[in-house]
Amino acid sequence: MKNMILRLSLLLISVSMIFSTCKKEKLPVPGTQVEMTNMSVEFDNIVGGQNLILNAVNYTNAAGEQFNVSLLQYYISNIKLRKADGSYYTVNQDSSYFLIKESDPATRFARFKAPVGDYNQLTFVLGVDSLRSTMDISKRTGVLDPAGGHDEGMYWGWNSGYIFFKMEGISPAAPVDPTGQRKFRYHIGGFGGYSAPTISNIKTITIDLAASGIAQARAGRNANIHLMVDVLKAFNGSTTLSIGANPTVMFSDYSVNIANNYVSMFYHDHTEN
Amino acid sequence: MNRKYWIFSLAFLFFLSCSKEIVSRFQGFKQPVDFPQPVYRFEDNPISEAKFELGRKLFYEPRLSRNNTISCGSCHIQSSAFTQHGHDVSHGIDDKLGTRNSPPIMNLAWMPTFFWDGGVFDLDLQPVVPITNHVEMDETVENVLAKLRAHPQYPSLFKKAFGDTAINTARTMKALSQFMLLCVSAESRYDSVSRNLGVSFTQQEQRGYALFQQKCAACHKEPLFTDFSFRNNGIAIGLNDDKGRYLVTLNPADEYRFKVPSLRNVEFTAPYMHDGRFITLDAVLDHYRGQAQPTPNRDPLLASGIPMTDQEKTDLIAFLKTLSDRRFLSNPLLAEQ
Repeated sequence: MKNMILRLSLLLISVSMIFSTCKKEKLPVPGTQVEMTNMSVEFDNIVGGQNLILNAVNYTNAAGEQFNVSLLQYYISNIKLRKADGSYYTVNQDSSYFLIKESDPATRFARFKAPVGDYNQLTFVLGVDSLRSTMDISKRTGVLDPAGGHDEGMYWGWNSGYIFFKMEGISPAAPVDPTGQRKFRYHIGGFGGYSAPTISNIKTITIDLAASGIAQARAGRNANIHLMVDVLKAFNGSTTLSIGANPTVMFSDYSVNIANNYVSMFYHDHTEN
Repeated sequence: MNRKYWIFSLAFLFFLSCSKEIVSRFQGFKQPVDFPQPVYRFEDNPISEAKFELGRKLFYEPRLSRNNTISCGSCHIQSSAFTQHGHDVSHGIDDKLGTRNSPPIMNLAWMPTFFWDGGVFDLDLQPVVPITNHVEMDETVENVLAKLRAHPQYPSLFKKAFGDTAINTARTMKALSQFMLLCVSAESRYDSVSRNLGVSFTQQEQRGYALFQQKCAACHKEPLFTDFSFRNNGIAIGLNDDKGRYLVTLNPADEYRFKVPSLRNVEFTAPYMHDGRFITLDAVLDHYRGQAQPTPNRDPLLASGIPMTDQEKTDLIAFLKTLSDRRFLSNPLLAEQ
C-alpha cells in the first residue's frame, strides 16, 4: 500500500512536470520567432488642394478669410496596426511618441519597428494619452520633455499638460494683437484632468489602408504609409472656425470645436512598400 | 555630590551640543508622527543627501532666470516661511510683477496640487512654471540645462547625486523636489502642545484654539491647517478678474475659487490672500467677520461671515502665532550655503 502511494505520487509529479514543460514550450520566445522590420507613417501637411508652405502662401478658409501658416506642429502617439487576419500589433508605447513639425522636414516621418506582415488598418492618437500625461517626469523624455521653450514648446507648465496641436499664422481677419500683428494662435490640448475632470481633446484616428494600398512590411525594407494632413479641415468642419471671431484659442471650451474639426485632417494617399 | 553635579552638567552640555548638531545635519525626510501619509511618490525619487544638496544649490541658483538675476529663493525667502515678505504679488525679472502672492514652500510632500489654482499636480513639474513665466524667470528649461552643463560645478554635483554627469530635465526637477520636500514645518509650539511634549498653551491661546476649532478648522484642517480644497472666501473680485481654479478646470462652479492655504507660520507669511491684499492678520479676520461678499461661488460656510468679538479676534491671533516654527524659519540646512 505504501509502495503504491509512492508510485502514484511519483507518476503524478512526472505527469505534472511534462505538462508544465509542454506549456512552456508553447510560449513563443520573444525575438526569435517574430521577425521585425522598419516601418513609417508619413504626415504630409497640405491646405486643401495645395502643398503647405510656411509663411509664403495665403490660403482661404470656409469663413472666407485669408490666412497664412507660420507654425504648425502636433503630437502623434500610440500607433497600432491591424493585420490581414484581424489581429493587432501595437508599437511599444515608450517608442510611440512623435512630434510632427512643419518647419523640420525630418520630423514628418513617425518611424517604428513592426513584425513582418501585411497591414490593412492604421490607428493612432493625435495628442498625448492621459496616462503618459500624468506619468513621472523621468518617463517624459525626447519629444515629451517639458523643457521645450515657449515659442515652439508643446507643454503647458501652469496647467500641467501637453499642447497636442499648435497652429499659428497671420490673417487680415485677425484683430491687431498686443505685439502689433494680425496673428491667430490655436494651441489645442487638454487630456481630461488629473485633480478634477476637464476637457479632453485626445483624438484617436483610425484609417483604412485597403483602398489606397495596404502596408506590406518585409524584412530589409521600409513600408511607408503616406498620409495627407489637410489643415484646412481644422477650420472647415462641423464648426466653421472664423479667425476674426476666434483669433486665439488655447485652453478653453471652444477648443473642443477645433479638435472635433481637426480629427478629419488625415487621409491615406498611398503606401510605399 | 560635587562630582555628581559635574557629571550631570557635562552630560547635559553634551546632550545640548548633540541636539544642536542634529538640527543642522541631514536626516532625510522625517515623517512627523501625527501627520498623514505624504502624497508625493518618494519611490520615484528616493531622498539622498547629494540630491538634496544639489536641489538646494539649484533653489538658490539665479541662472534659472533669463538674465541670471532671479532664483527660486528670490520670491521664497526662508525667514518668511519661503514667501516673499512685503510683496502683494511676486516680484520677478526686470522688476515685472506677477498676478498672485508667492505661496510658502512648506510641507509640500502632503500637497496634492500646486499654485493658488492647483494647475500643477506633481511637484516634479512645478519648477517649469516659474522658470518659463515671462514675469518671473522668463527662461526656458532647455536653456537652464545648457547653463548648468557649462558651469564649473554642476556636472560633478549631478554625478555625485545621480551617478554620472548627465544633466537633464528629470534630474534637475527631482533634485529641486528633494530640497522642497525637506522644507517640513512641524515643530511649532502648537505641535509641542498637541504632542504632549510638556508645553501648554496660555489661557488666551487656549481660548483662541477653541475658537479656531469651532470657526476655522473646517477648511484649515489640522494638523496641516488646510484641507487642500479650492474655495471662494468672499473677498471682492480683484481688478484683474482672476478667476482662480476656473482657469484650470473651466468649470463655472470653480470661478473665483482659490486653494485654502495652510496657516502654519502665518505670522510670517504676510501679506495674505491670493493677491496679497491684506497686510495684517487683523485685516484678514475683519474680512471674515463682516466683509465676506456674496460673489459667485462664495463658500456656503461663509454665508453669514464668521462673527467674533474684538476679544475673540485677539485670542484667535494669539493662537495663530503658536503655529510659528522658528526652527523651520532658521534651519541652516534649508538656507543658501
